[in-house]
Amino acid sequence: MSDLIRKNASELVELLNSKQVSSVEVTQAHIDRTNAVDADVHSYLHVSPESALATAAEIDRKRAAGEPLHPLAGLPIAVKDNLTTTDAPTTSGSKILEGWVPQYDATVVAKLRAAGMPILGKTNLDEFAMGSSTEFSAFGPSHNPWDLDRIPGGSGGGSSSAVASFQAPLAIGSDTGGSIRFPAAVTGTVGTKPTYGAVSRYGLIALASSLDQIGPVSRNVLDAALLQDVIAGYDKHDSTSLPESLGSMVEAAKKMDVKGLRIGVIKELTGAGFQPGVQARFNESLTLLQNAGAEIVEVSCPSFEYAIAAYYLILPAEASSNLAKFDSVRFGLRVTPEGNPTIERVMAATREAGFGPEVKRRIILGTYALSSGYYDAYYGSAQKVRTLIQRDFDAAFAKADVLVSPTAPTTAFKLGEKLEDPLAMYLNDIATIPANLAGIPGMSIPNGLAEEDGLPVGIQLLAPAREDARLYQVGAALEKMHEDVWGKRMIDFAPELEVK
Amino acid sequence: MAKDELMNYEQALAQFEVVIGLEVHVELNTKTKMFCGCKNEFGNEPNTNVCPICIGLPGSLPAVNKRAVESSISIGLALGCQIAPTGRFARKNYFYPDLAKNFQTSQYDEPIAFEGALEVEVPSGNKFNVLIERAHMEEDAGKLTHVGGATGRIQGAEYSLVDYNRAGVPLVEIVTKPVFGAGAEAPELAAAYVRSIRDIVRALNVSDARMERGNVRCDANVSLRPHGSEKLGTRTETKNVNSLRSIERAVRYEIQRQAAILAKGGSIIQETRHWHEDRGITSSGRPKSDADDYRYFPEPDLVPVQPSIEWIESLRAALPENPAERRRRLAADWGFSELEFRDVVNAGLLDQIEETVAAGAKPQSARKWWGGELARVANAEDKDVTELSITPAQVAELASLVEGGKINDRLAREVLTYVLAGEGSPAEVVAARGLEVVSDDGALIAAIDAALASQPDVLDAIREGRMQAAGAVIGAVMKAMKGSADAARVRELLIEKANA
Repeated sequence: MSDLIRKNASELVELLNSKQVSSVEVTQAHIDRTNAVDADVHSYLHVSPESALATAAEIDRKRAAGEPLHPLAGLPIAVKDNLTTTDAPTTSGSKILEGWVPQYDATVVAKLRAAGMPILGKTNLDEFAMGSSTEFSAFGPSHNPWDLDRIPGGSGGGSSSAVASFQAPLAIGSDTGGSIRFPAAVTGTVGTKPTYGAVSRYGLIALASSLDQIGPVSRNVLDAALLQDVIAGYDKHDSTSLPESLGSMVEAAKKMDVKGLRIGVIKELTGAGFQPGVQARFNESLTLLQNAGAEIVEVSCPSFEYAIAAYYLILPAEASSNLAKFDSVRFGLRVTPEGNPTIERVMAATREAGFGPEVKRRIILGTYALSSGYYDAYYGSAQKVRTLIQRDFDAAFAKADVLVSPTAPTTAFKLGEKLEDPLAMYLNDIATIPANLAGIPGMSIPNGLAEEDGLPVGIQLLAPAREDARLYQVGAALEKMHEDVWGKRMIDFAPELEVK
Repeated sequence: MAKDELMNYEQALAQFEVVIGLEVHVELNTKTKMFCGCKNEFGNEPNTNVCPICIGLPGSLPAVNKRAVESSISIGLALGCQIAPTGRFARKNYFYPDLAKNFQTSQYDEPIAFEGALEVEVPSGNKFNVLIERAHMEEDAGKLTHVGGATGRIQGAEYSLVDYNRAGVPLVEIVTKPVFGAGAEAPELAAAYVRSIRDIVRALNVSDARMERGNVRCDANVSLRPHGSEKLGTRTETKNVNSLRSIERAVRYEIQRQAAILAKGGSIIQETRHWHEDRGITSSGRPKSDADDYRYFPEPDLVPVQPSIEWIESLRAALPENPAERRRRLAADWGFSELEFRDVVNAGLLDQIEETVAAGAKPQSARKWWGGELARVANAEDKDVTELSITPAQVAELASLVEGGKINDRLAREVLTYVLAGEGSPAEVVAARGLEVVSDDGALIAAIDAALASQPDVLDAIREGRMQAAGAVIGAVMKAMKGSADAARVRELLIEKANA
């Protein structure tokens, strides 16, 4: 396999900008890798080698001609299949959208194109991003490159596994309750959920509008920073996007300094319920940070106890409404039942055939939660919990600059292990969900391997809204400490995949 | 219900108190739609003014049209409402193929304007203070055309076509509180109220306000209760009442229909009803109970609208004259009798007369032409008088031609026909068609002599002071000269002849 694919994005950027490699070479190397391993990993739902190479060739031509280029021009990337692309189908992992080619590009996709980044393909996800394992993808699960029998996390397991298996140096994910961070944790990669509104959601097929946020997936913190700086920014098409700039994440990632920073350990997200190896690595990182001059403080977020309950009311409520448009009238699947095909029957038959079990489960939950007579008890109470969680964070950030917790209670579980137990699946996201409810930024970075199973563990960093830069500062510094301890990048411990 | 089963109107009023409530939808005349940049235009090819947002493609997001908010605030202010310092949009969820997202983005518990009042005068001269509950912003749905059915209704149609050009057009829905005490004048009050709203939005220039195009649409709620009862009766909501006349007829019909049912001991079904202009009846639509569950919840894709006090006050300062105050001013300026003025108001002629007077006509002349011949023509052509192709300036010109003796009334009516047919201004028509009155004494004397030949006694009668005898000769002269004689001059010449 080409050495190119193992390089960090920041290294490839240097090679490209100094014309030591061409974008076509870099892009082709990743396409070759996909051809070699993706039959087993199944990161992609759709690959676009021709258009990726065409973009790459165009960038190479411009570079040769001395035209001004974006710093990331020519660097290929994978995009989660819930972002609209005009040149590739967009399914959101659902049969109901199978074959649909959108008429417009998502704002983030348009930014990638404007930067001259070849798009390698569209990555797998749980249907409409509902899940923590990709097992709810209508097109089959993705596999964890560390152990193909295990899940790569979800919903963004396609993006995490693509980056972890060197099929892409960078990928775009979306995070509603942990869909970027959990996959990063279990695949030994980096994933950031930026502050709500930092990245435009225009063109992201909505799961829960008030929770969804697009973010970068990469193999190290600086790479994630490079990507967040490309995709962030105000967008008039997204009223909830933040008007102000959050500054340069790349600069923050280059600070490499945690001296004097107060690192808050969230009491409720440690100890019981967390796999011993996960907890052990977490404790070690606290020591590393302390040794580097950070102050470790304990904070308490008592309302987190209700976070999952609140999340599983707000998310399905919004999703039930967001998914109403999938009715066969204007786009996507249309199923015409036998007999008199009235519009109601066509809509019902299409939704019956087009949606998978987890989607139906959440639509029913959400419809119920919003129903007259139940609204106050369910949706209303959940919104109150949301406020309480925000207050918990406010109090915690009064004591600490950055909060930390394990990203997930366990390492990657086996495919099928939790498929029949929705509650067990939902509990995976216990540490990641509060950030979405509060709109604050969160990042998961590799945190060593668990002794009991040798699988990667993640540590989550959280910062106040708009303070994404703190995540990159602390994340990059901690990542460096890990590499010093372990002797190499965490991803380099991953076993070699069988190449076909 | 057959017409002969209705209760006699007076009898219905004797037995029941009428309570009405009106919901008026005003389509704003903004350049673009409520939540996207598509043109807001009537009459274009179907599905040409559409984009991913207004047809609800996956991933698209709404963004609020500031101009629409401004228009809504102006309407609220003109209705004496308070303007909410912060107003949220909400989703009203229901499946219907004309609703692209299967939810309507509307306002629910936080309307932009609330608690207003409007003084409405009915033809008798009675005035009612109609309390406004709220005015809120929302988007229109697309337009369905049912093909193959007998009546253009969905029932029995072979298929239906959807035009999304109207989807997302900004609407303001103005809702009254229940209106009590109008008694027999409830139907007139309903129509007068809608006319007032129409006049206000037209004066504000926020809507084209053409009822026949659906720019102003009214749903009329009617309920009856026994005199003295505190409890409101069950109401019906009659839709599809697209002219002032039909509002009045529909309300009257519902009063008589409901009274007949209640008097027989029956009960009213809470439902929407459709008005059939052709048959003059309402028919049952769909049942509508308070349990109708639209699963409203705050629209998570939009941030709240928070108009600044400065903005609101600048809009308040720019409000045009209140139509009721304007009526008082014009009544004083014009010097019409109370009855004349009321007729003018009821015929909706204030604008025309005011502009005609401004163009130099005497108020009485302006009233005479607009309220007489032009109203007759409009009525015959089933048009609104404002839709006739004649300008107030042309009417003023016509009046001045009559007053200057160039033409007489009969010729003026003929001139009007040609002006309306597009032959030019009154003066141009008179010149081109040679329609001036004949005041050439030679021709008139010849005609007088011819007339006197058969009525020789007339001159004696005039000499004896019986002037009414002149009429016969004047009439004969007019007839001989096909109406183009200057009647005043004929009279003068006749008197000269008698006294010669």
